[in-house]
Amino acid sequence: MNEFKLSILDLLKEDARLTATTIATMLGAEQEDVSAAIAEMEQDHVIVKYATIVNWSKVDDEKVTALIEVECTPERGRGFESIAERVYLYPEVKSVYLMSGAYDLLVEIEGKNLKEVASFVSNKLSTIESVISTKSFFILKKYKQDGIIFEEFEDDHRLLVSP
Amino acid sequence: MIKDEQKPQIQDRARSGGMNEYLASHARAIQPSGIRRFFDLVSASKDKDIITLGVGEPDFVTPWRIRDAAVYSLEKGKTQYTSNAGMPELREAIGQYLDNQFHVSYDPAKEIIVTVGGSEGIDLALRALIEPGDEILVPEPSYISYSPITALSGGVAVGIETFAKDQFKLTAESLKAAITPKSKILILCYPSNPTGAVMTYDEMLPIAKLVEENDLIVISDEIYAELSFNAKHVSFASLPGMKDRTILVSGFSKAFAMTGWRMGYACGHPDLISVMLKIHQYTVMCAPIMGQVAALEALTKGGLEEKDRMVESYNQRRRLVVQGFRDMGLECHEPQGAFYAFPSVQSTGLTSEQFAERLLLEAKVAAVPGHVFGKGGEGFLRCCYATSVTQLTEAMERINLFIRKLE
Repeated sequence: MNEFKLSILDLLKEDARLTATTIATMLGAEQEDVSAAIAEMEQDHVIVKYATIVNWSKVDDEKVTALIEVECTPERGRGFESIAERVYLYPEVKSVYLMSGAYDLLVEIEGKNLKEVASFVSNKLSTIESVISTKSFFILKKYKQDGIIFEEFEDDHRLLVSP
Repeated sequence: MIKDEQKPQIQDRARSGGMNEYLASHARAIQPSGIRRFFDLVSASKDKDIITLGVGEPDFVTPWRIRDAAVYSLEKGKTQYTSNAGMPELREAIGQYLDNQFHVSYDPAKEIIVTVGGSEGIDLALRALIEPGDEILVPEPSYISYSPITALSGGVAVGIETFAKDQFKLTAESLKAAITPKSKILILCYPSNPTGAVMTYDEMLPIAKLVEENDLIVISDEIYAELSFNAKHVSFASLPGMKDRTILVSGFSKAFAMTGWRMGYACGHPDLISVMLKIHQYTVMCAPIMGQVAALEALTKGGLEEKDRMVESYNQRRRLVVQGFRDMGLECHEPQGAFYAFPSVQSTGLTSEQFAERLLLEAKVAAVPGHVFGKGGEGFLRCCYATSVTQLTEAMERINLFIRKLE
């Protein structure tokens, strides 16, 4: 990955709404080059999606998020791949990581309420043949996600005019 | 103790002229900053929707590593005086930093003093050097404090106009024309507040020659040194023969987003530093210890990386703003440093004061009219781009609409 593309990614990570023209001006580059680089990164799945980080606690439609530690037996020849695939295909599952340490997969699940998440864990996740055990941890409050601090006081305290 | 026979006289003076009668004439003669009137106007408006490009201050909060170091030091009970010149380890770090970054070496024991902001460093230098009537040369447009603090020290500030055609850089010709037998000090501030001008090594050489020929001392305010975008900053003290003639003044406010900490330093000839130290110890004693701890962290443990991240962000916003002004038809020289754009508003037919005032009232964008920065500032607007890209984009749109309405 060259420096130019990395700079574009840095800017888009901060604000995905920046246009190619603005990015080009900010980097002192040509708009066509920026557009081409973005298109290339989209094609190569370097840029996978333009998402919005939502602070759900500020929205009435609150969601429940849980992290599930999953211990499982790897499959001959494919290791944890097929188990991971079975898990991540469920729409309730937001992320799946293969971990080192005391357990194998870390699964992030999002549901409308606690009951829905609990039901998913007991009926779907735990019943997968190679799953040995699960431990569920409900997220009570998010302070920071993807580098964004949720509760940070964002008012500008600076004077309006100064020397 | 006031003697009895003096009391009636004092009472009479108070009755006749109020407190003004007591004020020192040189202090009374100082004019309020030109920014003040504009500041009052902005403050009075109470409009929450104002986008301000008027504040010369980073929009970043001091990086947490630095803040954390200060908090931790307080928890450990570090609340005492430090040595007058500043903590030895901080002076050591400043010396190392200047050597690494700008190739000027100072002896931390004798040639560096930690001050309460860069402003104190300039004030100390002027007070240590000025005899009544000495002339102090100030290239303008300039930071607004140089002339008043010169006057407070009994000196006479002499403005030297710089021009947009020269990218607001001081030229040897104009410096030469301004020098008189009374000239003693030249104050340089590059990268410049308010124009963003930067001087290269080659451009500084003829200035250095004149400084030597005319036996001048240079106060080099390098507070924006780290905010040099297209080339590495050149410290005036690094020019041949200039180290002993230069007082390098800088600080942590701009590069490390530490304005409120008031941490600065001055470096120069040991004889001069020792006199500055005397004034410093009788006035402020020493810079606050928590600020010094924070400054040490900034220079030694990761603060420099955070600084680079912020500087890159300023650079990106600089391009956005300069292009924005040019796209709307305003002439704007390319600022090479600091975080100010200085576009010309002459094409609108308004004075900078009229333009800034109407821009504030009609478009809700605050920027500082150029005339407050002295000679050559009229017709320009100082716009600080240390604010978010979203705010800057919105400000550019509003200014553009405002100008279209003027046509």
